[in-house]
Amino acid sequence: MNDFVIEANELYKSYKGRPALSGFDLQVRAGSVFGFLGRNGAGKTTTIKLLMGLLKPDSGMARVFGSPVTDARQSIGVRRRIGFVTEDKELYPYMTVEQMIRFTRAFFPRWRDDLEKRYLRMFELPLRKKVPALSKGMRSKLMLLLAMSHGAELLILDEPGDGIDPAAQEDILRELVALAASEGTTIFFSSHQLSEVEQIADHICIIDAGRAIVAGSLDDLKCQYQRLHVILDRELPAPVQWVEGAEHVHQDGRTISILASRNIDNLLEQARSLPGASVEQFPVNLKEIFLEHVRTN
Amino acid sequence: MILRLNHASGIPLYLQLMEQIKHAIETGALRPGDQLPAIRKLAEDLVMNPNTVVRAYRELEHEGVIEVKHGSGAFVSDAVAGRMKVIGKGQAVMQSAMERLLSFGLTEPEIRRLFENELASSAVETLPRRQK
Repeated sequence: MNDFVIEANELYKSYKGRPALSGFDLQVRAGSVFGFLGRNGAGKTTTIKLLMGLLKPDSGMARVFGSPVTDARQSIGVRRRIGFVTEDKELYPYMTVEQMIRFTRAFFPRWRDDLEKRYLRMFELPLRKKVPALSKGMRSKLMLLLAMSHGAELLILDEPGDGIDPAAQEDILRELVALAASEGTTIFFSSHQLSEVEQIADHICIIDAGRAIVAGSLDDLKCQYQRLHVILDRELPAPVQWVEGAEHVHQDGRTISILASRNIDNLLEQARSLPGASVEQFPVNLKEIFLEHVRTN
Repeated sequence: MILRLNHASGIPLYLQLMEQIKHAIETGALRPGDQLPAIRKLAEDLVMNPNTVVRAYRELEHEGVIEVKHGSGAFVSDAVAGRMKVIGKGQAVMQSAMERLLSFGLTEPEIRRLFENELASSAVETLPRRQK
Protein backbone atom coordinates (compact mmCIF):
# COMPACT_ATOMS: atom_id res chain seq x y z
CA MET A 1 0.00 0.00 0.00
CA ASN A 2 1.38 3.41 -0.84
CA ASP A 3 0.14 6.99 -0.63
CA PHE A 4 -0.41 7.47 -4.34
CA VAL A 5 -3.98 7.39 -5.60
CA ILE A 6 -2.83 7.79 -9.19
CA GLU A 7 0.47 6.51 -10.55
CA ALA A 8 1.61 6.41 -14.14
CA ASN A 9 4.97 5.20 -15.41
CA GLU A 10 6.36 5.69 -18.89
CA LEU A 11 3.00 5.88 -20.65
CA TYR A 12 3.08 5.81 -24.44
CA LYS A 13 0.07 6.27 -26.66
CA SER A 14 -0.26 7.25 -30.28
CA TYR A 15 -3.19 7.70 -32.61
CA LYS A 16 -2.45 6.37 -36.12
CA GLY A 17 1.26 6.92 -35.64
CA ARG A 18 0.81 10.39 -34.17
CA PRO A 19 2.24 10.34 -30.63
CA ALA A 20 -0.03 11.75 -27.90
CA LEU A 21 1.93 10.52 -24.88
CA SER A 22 5.65 9.87 -25.04
CA GLY A 23 6.84 8.46 -21.73
CA PHE A 24 4.46 10.26 -19.38
CA ASP A 25 4.94 9.93 -15.62
CA LEU A 26 2.52 11.02 -12.92
CA GLN A 27 2.11 10.61 -9.19
CA VAL A 28 -0.86 11.98 -7.29
CA ARG A 29 -0.85 11.69 -3.53
CA ALA A 30 -4.02 10.91 -1.55
CA GLY A 31 -5.72 14.07 -0.29
CA SER A 32 -4.05 16.45 -2.68
CA VAL A 33 -5.67 18.91 -5.06
CA PHE A 34 -3.70 18.35 -8.22
CA GLY A 35 -3.70 20.75 -11.16
CA PHE A 36 -2.93 19.25 -14.57
CA LEU A 37 -1.77 21.85 -17.07
CA GLY A 38 -0.85 21.91 -20.70
CA ARG A 39 -1.62 23.50 -24.02
CA ASN A 40 -4.28 22.16 -26.34
CA GLY A 41 -3.13 18.85 -27.74
CA ALA A 42 -0.42 18.38 -25.12
CA GLY A 43 -1.94 15.07 -23.98
CA LYS A 44 -4.19 16.03 -21.05
CA THR A 45 -7.39 14.38 -22.24
CA THR A 46 -5.54 11.29 -23.48
CA THR A 47 -4.00 10.91 -20.03
CA ILE A 48 -7.38 11.25 -18.34
CA LYS A 49 -8.99 8.73 -20.69
CA LEU A 50 -6.20 6.25 -19.97
CA LEU A 51 -6.67 6.73 -16.23
CA MET A 52 -10.40 6.07 -16.60
CA GLY A 53 -9.76 2.91 -18.64
CA LEU A 54 -11.43 4.43 -21.72
CA LEU A 55 -8.25 3.98 -23.74
CA LYS A 56 -5.44 1.45 -23.57
CA PRO A 57 -1.82 2.62 -23.48
CA ASP A 58 0.55 1.30 -26.18
CA SER A 59 3.02 0.67 -23.39
CA GLY A 60 3.67 1.69 -19.83
CA MET A 61 1.59 1.24 -16.72
CA ALA A 62 -1.00 3.32 -14.90
CA ARG A 63 -2.64 2.49 -11.59
CA VAL A 64 -5.58 4.10 -9.86
CA PHE A 65 -6.11 3.09 -6.22
CA GLY A 66 -3.32 0.60 -6.77
CA SER A 67 -5.05 -1.41 -9.48
CA PRO A 68 -3.93 -1.35 -13.11
CA VAL A 69 -6.26 0.68 -15.30
CA THR A 70 -6.21 -2.04 -17.94
CA ASP A 71 -7.64 -4.60 -15.52
CA ALA A 72 -11.29 -4.74 -16.61
CA ARG A 73 -12.40 -6.91 -13.66
CA GLN A 74 -11.23 -4.45 -11.06
CA SER A 75 -12.14 -1.36 -12.99
CA ILE A 76 -15.85 -1.31 -12.07
CA GLY A 77 -15.05 -1.32 -8.36
CA VAL A 78 -12.42 1.34 -8.87
CA ARG A 79 -14.61 3.54 -11.05
CA ARG A 80 -17.29 3.59 -8.37
CA ARG A 81 -14.78 5.41 -6.15
CA ILE A 82 -14.13 8.06 -8.81
CA GLY A 83 -16.20 11.08 -9.75
CA PHE A 84 -15.55 11.93 -13.37
CA VAL A 85 -16.19 14.97 -15.53
CA THR A 86 -15.34 14.47 -19.19
CA GLU A 87 -13.97 17.08 -21.51
CA ASP A 88 -16.96 16.93 -23.89
CA LYS A 89 -19.48 16.96 -20.99
CA GLU A 90 -21.38 14.13 -22.66
CA LEU A 91 -24.65 13.13 -21.01
CA TYR A 92 -27.71 11.17 -22.13
CA PRO A 93 -29.52 13.55 -24.51
CA TYR A 94 -33.03 12.15 -23.96
CA MET A 95 -32.98 12.74 -20.20
CA THR A 96 -33.96 15.77 -18.16
CA VAL A 97 -31.69 17.10 -15.42
CA GLU A 98 -33.84 15.38 -12.80
CA GLN A 99 -33.83 12.03 -14.64
CA MET A 100 -30.07 12.26 -15.14
CA ILE A 101 -29.58 12.71 -11.39
CA ARG A 102 -31.95 9.86 -10.49
CA PHE A 103 -30.36 7.58 -13.06
CA THR A 104 -26.84 8.28 -11.82
CA ARG A 105 -27.52 7.96 -8.12
CA ALA A 106 -28.84 4.42 -8.62
CA PHE A 107 -25.28 3.28 -9.41
CA PHE A 108 -23.74 4.72 -6.26
CA PRO A 109 -24.62 3.34 -2.84
CA ARG A 110 -22.75 6.14 -1.09
CA TRP A 111 -24.73 8.90 -2.84
CA ARG A 112 -24.93 12.07 -0.74
CA ASP A 113 -28.42 13.59 -0.68
CA ASP A 114 -27.16 16.55 1.34
CA LEU A 115 -24.57 17.43 -1.28
CA GLU A 116 -26.97 16.86 -4.17
CA LYS A 117 -29.43 19.36 -2.62
CA ARG A 118 -26.69 21.83 -1.85
CA TYR A 119 -25.28 21.81 -5.40
CA LEU A 120 -28.75 21.90 -6.99
CA ARG A 121 -29.48 25.09 -5.09
CA MET A 122 -26.09 26.63 -5.78
CA PHE A 123 -25.93 25.75 -9.48
CA GLU A 124 -29.57 26.76 -10.09
CA LEU A 125 -30.09 23.86 -12.46
CA PRO A 126 -33.48 23.63 -14.23
CA LEU A 127 -34.74 20.17 -13.21
CA ARG A 128 -37.19 19.68 -16.05
CA LYS A 129 -34.98 20.76 -18.92
CA LYS A 130 -33.55 18.12 -21.21
CA VAL A 131 -29.80 17.84 -21.54
CA PRO A 132 -29.50 19.18 -25.14
CA ALA A 133 -31.37 22.34 -24.09
CA LEU A 134 -28.72 23.15 -21.48
CA SER A 135 -25.98 25.67 -22.11
CA LYS A 136 -22.37 24.48 -22.00
CA GLY A 137 -21.95 26.00 -18.54
CA MET A 138 -25.12 24.26 -17.28
CA ARG A 139 -23.90 20.94 -18.64
CA SER A 140 -20.58 21.44 -16.85
CA LYS A 141 -22.45 22.18 -13.64
CA LEU A 142 -24.67 19.11 -14.01
CA MET A 143 -21.64 16.87 -14.57
CA LEU A 144 -19.94 18.39 -11.55
CA LEU A 145 -23.05 17.79 -9.43
CA LEU A 146 -23.12 14.14 -10.51
CA ALA A 147 -19.38 13.69 -9.91
CA MET A 148 -19.30 15.50 -6.58
CA SER A 149 -22.44 13.96 -5.03
CA HIS A 150 -21.70 10.27 -5.22
CA GLY A 151 -19.31 10.02 -2.32
CA ALA A 152 -16.23 9.55 -4.51
CA GLU A 153 -12.76 9.37 -2.95
CA LEU A 154 -11.20 10.73 -6.12
CA LEU A 155 -12.46 13.35 -8.54
CA ILE A 156 -11.02 13.38 -12.05
CA LEU A 157 -12.17 16.55 -13.76
CA ASP A 158 -11.30 17.41 -17.35
CA GLU A 159 -11.71 21.18 -17.74
CA PRO A 160 -14.44 21.42 -15.07
CA GLY A 161 -14.79 25.20 -15.34
CA ASP A 162 -15.56 25.13 -19.06
CA GLY A 163 -18.25 27.64 -19.99
CA ILE A 164 -18.86 28.67 -16.39
CA ASP A 165 -18.93 32.33 -15.40
CA PRO A 166 -16.39 33.65 -12.85
CA ALA A 167 -18.88 33.95 -9.98
CA ALA A 168 -20.08 30.36 -10.34
CA GLN A 169 -16.47 29.26 -10.81
CA GLU A 170 -15.52 30.70 -7.44
CA ASP A 171 -18.45 28.76 -5.87
CA ILE A 172 -17.23 25.57 -7.50
CA LEU A 173 -13.66 26.10 -6.32
CA ARG A 174 -14.97 26.69 -2.80
CA GLU A 175 -16.98 23.45 -2.90
CA LEU A 176 -13.98 21.51 -4.21
CA VAL A 177 -11.86 22.91 -1.38
CA ALA A 178 -14.61 21.95 1.08
CA LEU A 179 -14.66 18.36 -0.24
CA ALA A 180 -10.89 18.14 0.07
CA ALA A 181 -10.94 19.61 3.59
CA SER A 182 -13.88 17.75 5.09
CA GLU A 183 -13.92 14.43 3.22
CA GLY A 184 -10.26 14.16 2.29
CA THR A 185 -11.27 13.77 -1.36
CA THR A 186 -8.36 13.72 -3.80
CA ILE A 187 -8.99 16.06 -6.71
CA PHE A 188 -7.21 15.77 -10.04
CA PHE A 189 -8.26 18.43 -12.52
CA SER A 190 -7.05 19.70 -15.84
CA SER A 191 -7.48 23.34 -16.65
CA HIS A 192 -6.54 26.15 -18.96
CA GLN A 193 -7.22 28.60 -16.17
CA LEU A 194 -3.85 29.07 -14.54
CA SER A 195 -5.47 31.33 -11.95
CA GLU A 196 -7.84 28.65 -10.68
CA VAL A 197 -5.01 26.14 -10.50
CA GLU A 198 -2.88 28.67 -8.64
CA GLN A 199 -5.74 29.27 -6.22
CA ILE A 200 -6.59 25.75 -5.06
CA ALA A 201 -3.93 23.27 -6.22
CA ASP A 202 -1.19 22.09 -3.89
CA HIS A 203 0.55 20.04 -6.59
CA ILE A 204 0.81 20.52 -10.32
CA CYS A 205 2.07 18.79 -13.42
CA ILE A 206 2.70 20.55 -16.71
CA ILE A 207 2.47 18.25 -19.71
CA ASP A 208 3.93 19.22 -23.07
CA ALA A 209 4.26 17.08 -26.17
CA GLY A 210 3.18 14.03 -24.16
CA ARG A 211 5.74 14.34 -21.40
CA ALA A 212 5.61 15.74 -17.86
CA ILE A 213 8.01 18.66 -17.99
CA VAL A 214 7.34 20.20 -14.58
CA ALA A 215 5.86 18.43 -11.56
CA GLY A 216 5.80 19.04 -7.86
CA SER A 217 4.40 21.03 -4.98
CA LEU A 218 3.24 24.42 -6.21
CA ASP A 219 4.64 26.25 -3.18
CA ASP A 220 7.99 24.51 -3.59
CA LEU A 221 8.11 25.38 -7.29
CA LYS A 222 7.42 29.01 -6.43
CA CYS A 223 10.32 28.95 -3.98
CA GLN A 224 12.64 27.41 -6.57
CA TYR A 225 11.69 29.76 -9.39
CA GLN A 226 12.87 33.34 -8.96
CA ARG A 227 13.52 36.25 -11.22
CA LEU A 228 16.72 38.21 -10.71
CA HIS A 229 17.27 41.72 -11.95
CA VAL A 230 20.90 42.74 -12.06
CA ILE A 231 21.92 46.33 -12.66
CA LEU A 232 25.60 46.94 -13.41
CA ASP A 233 27.44 50.23 -13.24
CA ARG A 234 28.98 49.66 -16.66
CA GLU A 235 28.48 47.31 -19.58
CA LEU A 236 30.42 44.07 -19.52
CA PRO A 237 32.84 43.28 -22.36
CA ALA A 238 31.46 39.73 -22.78
CA PRO A 239 28.22 37.96 -21.86
CA VAL A 240 28.22 36.23 -18.46
CA GLN A 241 28.39 32.44 -18.34
CA TRP A 242 25.74 31.80 -15.71
CA VAL A 243 25.86 28.81 -13.39
CA GLU A 244 23.26 26.06 -13.64
CA GLY A 245 19.65 27.09 -13.09
CA ALA A 246 19.51 30.20 -15.26
CA GLU A 247 16.72 29.22 -17.66
CA HIS A 248 16.26 32.41 -19.53
CA VAL A 249 18.63 35.39 -19.59
CA HIS A 250 17.84 38.72 -21.17
CA GLN A 251 20.51 41.39 -21.26
CA ASP A 252 19.84 44.96 -22.24
CA GLY A 253 22.84 47.25 -21.79
CA ARG A 254 23.58 47.42 -18.08
CA THR A 255 20.52 45.48 -16.94
CA ILE A 256 20.21 41.72 -16.93
CA SER A 257 17.02 39.79 -16.23
CA ILE A 258 17.30 36.12 -15.31
CA LEU A 259 14.58 33.54 -14.82
CA ALA A 260 16.02 30.91 -12.51
CA SER A 261 14.44 27.50 -12.03
CA ARG A 262 16.75 26.28 -9.25
CA ASN A 263 20.15 26.83 -7.66
CA ILE A 264 19.06 30.34 -6.72
CA ASP A 265 21.64 30.84 -3.97
CA ASN A 266 24.56 30.26 -6.31
CA LEU A 267 23.04 32.44 -9.02
CA LEU A 268 22.57 35.24 -6.49
CA GLU A 269 26.16 34.88 -5.38
CA GLN A 270 27.39 34.99 -8.95
CA ALA A 271 25.25 38.04 -9.77
CA ARG A 272 26.51 39.91 -6.71
CA SER A 273 30.10 39.16 -7.61
CA LEU A 274 29.81 41.10 -10.88
CA PRO A 275 31.52 44.51 -10.67
CA GLY A 276 29.21 47.21 -9.32
CA ALA A 277 26.16 44.98 -9.44
CA SER A 278 22.95 45.67 -7.56
CA VAL A 279 20.72 42.63 -7.51
CA GLU A 280 17.00 42.37 -6.90
CA GLN A 281 15.03 39.17 -6.50
CA PHE A 282 11.38 38.78 -7.50
CA PRO A 283 8.87 35.97 -7.10
CA VAL A 284 7.64 34.15 -10.20
CA ASN A 285 4.03 33.09 -10.65
CA LEU A 286 2.59 30.00 -12.27
CA LYS A 287 1.85 31.75 -15.55
CA GLU A 288 5.52 32.68 -15.96
CA ILE A 289 6.63 29.15 -15.09
CA PHE A 290 4.11 27.72 -17.56
CA LEU A 291 5.03 30.03 -20.40
CA GLU A 292 8.73 29.56 -19.87
CA HIS A 293 8.43 25.80 -20.25
CA VAL A 294 5.90 25.40 -23.00
CA ARG A 295 7.61 28.06 -25.11
CA THR A 296 11.10 26.64 -24.97
CA ASN A 297 9.97 23.05 -25.33
CA MET B 1 -8.63 39.16 11.34
CA ILE B 2 -8.76 40.08 7.67
CA LEU B 3 -6.72 37.89 5.37
CA ARG B 4 -6.25 38.52 1.68
CA LEU B 5 -4.10 36.35 -0.50
CA ASN B 6 -2.70 37.27 -3.87
CA HIS B 7 -2.71 34.09 -5.93
CA ALA B 8 -0.85 35.49 -8.90
CA SER B 9 1.96 37.22 -7.00
CA GLY B 10 4.29 34.23 -7.23
CA ILE B 11 4.85 34.24 -3.48
CA PRO B 12 3.93 30.80 -2.11
CA LEU B 13 0.49 30.94 -0.50
CA TYR B 14 1.63 29.33 2.75
CA LEU B 15 4.24 32.11 3.13
CA GLN B 16 1.61 34.78 2.44
CA LEU B 17 -0.67 33.24 5.03
CA MET B 18 2.15 33.08 7.59
CA GLU B 19 3.08 36.72 6.95
CA GLN B 20 -0.50 37.89 7.31
CA ILE B 21 -1.08 36.02 10.54
CA LYS B 22 2.15 37.51 11.92
CA HIS B 23 1.02 40.92 10.76
CA ALA B 24 -2.33 40.44 12.51
CA ILE B 25 -0.44 39.62 15.71
CA GLU B 26 1.89 42.62 15.35
CA THR B 27 -1.01 45.02 14.86
CA GLY B 28 -2.94 43.54 17.76
CA ALA B 29 -5.75 42.06 15.64
CA LEU B 30 -4.71 38.74 17.17
CA ARG B 31 -3.50 38.56 20.77
CA PRO B 32 -1.64 35.88 22.71
CA GLY B 33 -4.09 33.11 23.57
CA ASP B 34 -6.50 33.96 20.74
CA GLN B 35 -7.74 31.03 18.70
CA LEU B 36 -6.99 30.87 14.99
CA PRO B 37 -9.69 29.77 12.53
CA ALA B 38 -10.05 26.02 12.02
CA ILE B 39 -8.16 24.71 9.00
CA ARG B 40 -11.29 23.70 7.14
CA LYS B 41 -13.03 27.02 7.78
CA LEU B 42 -10.05 29.07 6.70
CA ALA B 43 -9.62 26.97 3.55
CA GLU B 44 -13.28 27.51 2.61
CA ASP B 45 -13.34 31.21 3.52
CA LEU B 46 -10.23 32.00 1.51
CA VAL B 47 -10.98 29.34 -1.16
CA MET B 48 -7.56 27.81 -0.78
CA ASN B 49 -6.11 24.36 -0.39
CA PRO B 50 -6.49 22.93 3.14
CA ASN B 51 -3.03 21.36 2.87
CA THR B 52 -1.59 24.83 2.35
CA VAL B 53 -3.26 26.05 5.54
CA VAL B 54 -1.87 23.01 7.36
CA ARG B 55 1.61 23.86 6.10
CA ALA B 56 1.35 27.50 7.21
CA TYR B 57 0.12 26.50 10.68
CA ARG B 58 2.86 23.88 10.97
CA GLU B 59 5.58 26.40 10.08
CA LEU B 60 4.12 28.99 12.46
CA GLU B 61 4.09 26.37 15.19
CA HIS B 62 7.69 25.51 14.39
CA GLU B 63 8.61 29.22 14.72
CA GLY B 64 6.86 29.39 18.07
CA VAL B 65 4.24 31.90 16.89
CA ILE B 66 1.28 29.61 17.47
CA GLU B 67 0.57 26.49 19.50
CA VAL B 68 -1.48 23.65 18.10
CA LYS B 69 -3.43 21.78 20.74
CA HIS B 70 -4.75 18.54 19.38
CA GLY B 71 -8.49 18.40 19.36
CA SER B 72 -9.05 22.02 20.28
CA GLY B 73 -7.27 24.01 17.57
CA ALA B 74 -4.47 26.52 17.06
CA PHE B 75 -3.78 29.45 19.39
CA VAL B 76 -1.48 32.46 19.31
CA SER B 77 1.44 31.53 21.53
CA ASP B 78 2.02 33.36 24.81
CA ALA B 79 5.68 33.50 23.81
CA VAL B 80 4.94 36.16 21.17
CA ALA B 81 4.39 38.68 23.99
CA GLY B 82 8.19 38.96 24.42
CA ARG B 83 8.65 39.34 20.69
CA MET B 84 6.00 42.06 20.65
CA LYS B 85 8.13 44.10 23.08
CA VAL B 86 11.13 43.90 20.75
CA ILE B 87 8.95 44.86 17.81
CA GLY B 88 7.63 47.81 19.84
CA LYS B 89 11.22 49.02 20.35
CA GLY B 90 11.87 48.67 16.63
CA GLN B 91 8.74 50.64 15.89
CA ALA B 92 10.01 53.54 18.02
CA VAL B 93 13.32 53.58 16.10
CA MET B 94 11.45 53.48 12.79
CA GLN B 95 9.24 56.38 13.82
CA SER B 96 12.14 58.69 14.65
CA ALA B 97 14.03 57.63 11.48
CA MET B 98 10.91 58.32 9.44
CA GLU B 99 10.51 61.79 10.93
CA ARG B 100 14.09 62.65 10.00
CA LEU B 101 13.79 61.31 6.45
CA LEU B 102 10.63 63.33 5.90
CA SER B 103 12.34 66.42 7.30
CA PHE B 104 14.97 66.06 4.53
CA GLY B 105 12.13 66.38 2.04
CA LEU B 106 12.23 62.77 0.81
CA THR B 107 9.03 61.43 -0.72
CA GLU B 108 7.29 58.25 0.33
CA PRO B 109 8.40 56.18 -2.72
CA GLU B 110 11.98 57.38 -2.23
CA ILE B 111 11.92 56.32 1.40
CA ARG B 112 10.43 52.97 0.48
CA ARG B 113 13.16 52.31 -2.12
CA LEU B 114 15.88 53.38 0.31
CA PHE B 115 14.45 51.11 2.95
CA GLU B 116 14.09 48.14 0.61
CA ASN B 117 17.61 48.54 -0.79
CA GLU B 118 19.00 48.74 2.71
CA LEU B 119 17.01 45.70 3.73
CA ALA B 120 18.14 43.75 0.67
CA SER B 121 21.80 44.50 1.20
CA SER B 122 21.83 43.89 4.95
CA ALA B 123 19.58 40.83 4.79
CA VAL B 124 21.57 39.20 1.99
CA GLU B 125 22.36 36.25 4.20
CA THR B 126 18.94 35.69 5.72
CA LEU B 127 16.44 36.38 2.93
CA PRO B 128 17.01 33.53 0.51
CA ARG B 129 17.38 31.05 3.32
CA ARG B 130 14.10 32.08 4.87
CA GLN B 131 12.25 31.32 1.68
CA LYS B 132 13.02 27.65 1.76
